[in-house]
Amino acid sequence: MSEPDALGWSREELATRAALDVPDGAYVNVGIGIPMLIASHIPEDREVWFHTENGVLGLGGVPEADEVDLDMQNAGKEYAKIVVGAAAFDSALSFAIVRGGHLDIAVLGGMQVASMGDLANWSVPGRTPGVGGAMDLVTGSKQVWVLMEHTDRAGTPKLMRHCTLPITGTRCVTRVYTTLGVFQPAGSHFECLDLAPGVDIETVRALTDAEVTLARDSRE
Amino acid sequence: MINKVRADALEMLSVVPDGASIAIGGFGLTGVPVMLCHALCELDRRDLHIVSNNAGIDPTGVGRLVGEGRIRKFTGSFPSNKEFFTSFHSGSVELELVPQGTLAERMRAAGAGIPAFYTPTSAGTDLATGSYPARYDGEGQVTAWLSPKDVRVFGGVACVLETALATDFAFVKSYKADRLGNLAFRLASRNFNVPAAMAGRVTFCESQSIVEVGEIDPDGVHLPGIFVQHVIESQLGKFDAPTRGASL
Repeated sequence: MSEPDALGWSREELATRAALDVPDGAYVNVGIGIPMLIASHIPEDREVWFHTENGVLGLGGVPEADEVDLDMQNAGKEYAKIVVGAAAFDSALSFAIVRGGHLDIAVLGGMQVASMGDLANWSVPGRTPGVGGAMDLVTGSKQVWVLMEHTDRAGTPKLMRHCTLPITGTRCVTRVYTTLGVFQPAGSHFECLDLAPGVDIETVRALTDAEVTLARDSRE
Repeated sequence: MINKVRADALEMLSVVPDGASIAIGGFGLTGVPVMLCHALCELDRRDLHIVSNNAGIDPTGVGRLVGEGRIRKFTGSFPSNKEFFTSFHSGSVELELVPQGTLAERMRAAGAGIPAFYTPTSAGTDLATGSYPARYDGEGQVTAWLSPKDVRVFGGVACVLETALATDFAFVKSYKADRLGNLAFRLASRNFNVPAAMAGRVTFCESQSIVEVGEIDPDGVHLPGIFVQHVIESQLGKFDAPTRGASL
């Protein structure tokens, strides 16, 4: 795991912030990376069900060594627990759940998000080939949230006017949680819904390729 | 009397020729028919077209088929294995990269008598527009790209045409099987085993246990035996490569 950013939220704080917005009763798919941290930060008074693409609705947390079940892994190929009431099914049915519009929220990692809502998160030319379930998740889910650092390690913006990396889907992202704040793709620009403590909108604008407007009710 | 239970994996798989297409179940380390993959290596089969979500995440199962250079073409969604990366970029393996849900549905469709279907998944992306490499030459230059997909708009949503993915054979792994080929799975190890068994014209199942007919409750049969032609009991470690672990 990388060092927490000096500016804004750490990865853990970012997941905690996004978890606050997951409503009671939601069915949610969480992708590999920062999104997976959400599951352990859901407020205790809410019942949220986690779907894992490899065929379980009712994904639980990380097992202790003596709790490992060799037949139960998460989408990241790590051994995982299930919760009471979980259901198991095959991959075709699992993606009927995904594609069929039954999930309330898909939470994914991202390399770039464009202000029109396009997402790039699956391919960097020359790197390991692999798309997994990302393209299915962004076409089917009622909401698509992206959790990511605000910039890449070199400081290059990831909130873009247009994606320059190969896209995963067009006009699919409904909200972006970055280390600096919460943003909604609004067509020609991103609307900033919330800022991390100690971060001002000018800092965000300097680190964002697309235009950013401040929503009326967000704090600065 | 129907009895699909076999005793000898090498004898059972001897009908699989070089060049065969095989759908293989499993996701990560769960539900992978490791013994069947290794038996195929023992039979020295080559030039295979493997259809599987992953290309193995270590040198076992599908990973061993990759590592021993037995694959001509790979169809899957996440072949993240290092040996596969090297084989792909050096031009020895062709890749058909398919979104995971589309892969499952194409396999299911093959067994369900549906020749093709439209799906919104991948519309407008490199996987649909013919802009993703399918093969490299030895110098790292792309020599073939994925075919562009037909697009039609349904209810304002662009969708791509996907075809059924039938294979000569399927290898699957179950928790329980009976002599009729009825299968039951556990938790996340069901995954691609059901669609793979539907895709294969001849399906071989490696089962953790073989049970008496009637022991699997009718409502607990996850895949009816009509999709399965051969069943064999899994033997952990059987046909493992002697070098296993050395290259880890």
